[in-house]
Amino acid sequence: MSYHFDFSTVNVGNLGVLAQGLLVSAEITATAVVAGIVIGTMLAMLRLSSSRLLRTAARIYVALFRAVPLIMVLLWFFLIIPQLLQQLLHISPAHDMRMASALIAFSLFEAAYYSEIIRAGIQSVSTGQIDAARALGMGYIQAMRLVILPQALRNMTPLLLTQGIVLFQDTSLVYVSALTDFFGEAYGLGERDGRVVEMLLFAGAVYFLICFSFSLVVRRYQKVVVY
Amino acid sequence: MGYDWHWRVFLEPAPGHERYLDWVFSGLKITLTLGLSAWLIALVLGAVLGVMRTLPNRALSTFAAAYVELFRNVPLIVQLFIWYFVGPELLPFGDALKKIDPVAQQYLAAMLCLGTYTAARICEQVRGGILSLPRGQRLAGQALGMTTVQTYRHVLLPMAARIIVPPLTSEFLNIFKNSAVASTVGLLDLAAQGRQLVDYTSRPYESFIAITVMYILVNAVVMLLMRVIESRAKVPGYIGA
Repeated sequence: MSYHFDFSTVNVGNLGVLAQGLLVSAEITATAVVAGIVIGTMLAMLRLSSSRLLRTAARIYVALFRAVPLIMVLLWFFLIIPQLLQQLLHISPAHDMRMASALIAFSLFEAAYYSEIIRAGIQSVSTGQIDAARALGMGYIQAMRLVILPQALRNMTPLLLTQGIVLFQDTSLVYVSALTDFFGEAYGLGERDGRVVEMLLFAGAVYFLICFSFSLVVRRYQKVVVY
Repeated sequence: MGYDWHWRVFLEPAPGHERYLDWVFSGLKITLTLGLSAWLIALVLGAVLGVMRTLPNRALSTFAAAYVELFRNVPLIVQLFIWYFVGPELLPFGDALKKIDPVAQQYLAAMLCLGTYTAARICEQVRGGILSLPRGQRLAGQALGMTTVQTYRHVLLPMAARIIVPPLTSEFLNIFKNSAVASTVGLLDLAAQGRQLVDYTSRPYESFIAITVMYILVNAVVMLLMRVIESRAKVPGYIGA
């Protein structure tokens, strides 16, 4: 072991750049968590619906996204979305659409994973609950919104949060699109200063601290909520 | 859709005595070899760590728990870059590593990365499997005068191994999907071949569709295979069987 460490690349000036990268990671994570849960809930309800057509459509969507690596999904969206948006919204080709593509790709991809969690959550609520809601004269949507989903949400919150941690880690894969998130900035700075070793270790440590502390919070919360 | 499909592009000659179709298959071969070799590492290491997690020895179980937290809380691509760029600098045989063929370096880094990463997940499954057994099984082993090693070898592990097959299926599927990350250090797996095909043929849709179909096929084959294994491994009359 002859390597001489030099962590001076992790300095105040570069930390600003790294913080900017972290902001990109956070933005993608936040958008994809919110959009993923919204779309995931709709997919889960489709999968539990009485229409065979809707059930099958939702099942194909979920199976497709779960069979393909996230990197491939990202490559697809970086290919298609810019062209599509240019045609639909008449945006000039010079406009940078990497961020928009990343947001859409992550949201649609994560929705498939969220829908599985949410479906299990909805199924965990006893069927007596929906019968009771229907007996009170509620429609399907009302029963879902007022009775089933609030309880299901409570049961699945720890899993949704854990999936959020996974998603935050997944955002580092935007590296394939040359969109620079936290990992991209760290690696870029390391290459520029000839300090790839130090910057990669630093990036790994930061990811670990963020994810590990958040997972401790989730575990704590799980103990409080789950009776 | 005014797109002009041109599927015959795969039959056209690629640089260097090949057709573009051969690129797809060579990528598939690397993805499969990488996934399978990493899976072996993950199974062995994961089983050892999973057993350690359930041992009465405090030091061993803490070590396994720390391993799981470390490998679960750092993104896969960061781990891969650390194996690839930092590994040769810090490992004792690093200088020898730097002299070997670059493709072998990429493959080695990706295999170790995927293997150790997946081992953390398998560890949790193995631990769950062992803990799900009724406590009486372990106690019965001890009551018969078995040592800890014997109790694991003859009582706990044979049952746990069969119980954890279904959760292992999803990890086995994941390892092939996760292997696409190897393309970021330059290994020419399926995903990397996809990007190379786009560059050479200027046929992005055909190229990506071909590669995506390959991943879906791998997924389907693994699922069918595991279904057979699952039905053979299931314990008659046991919960979930």
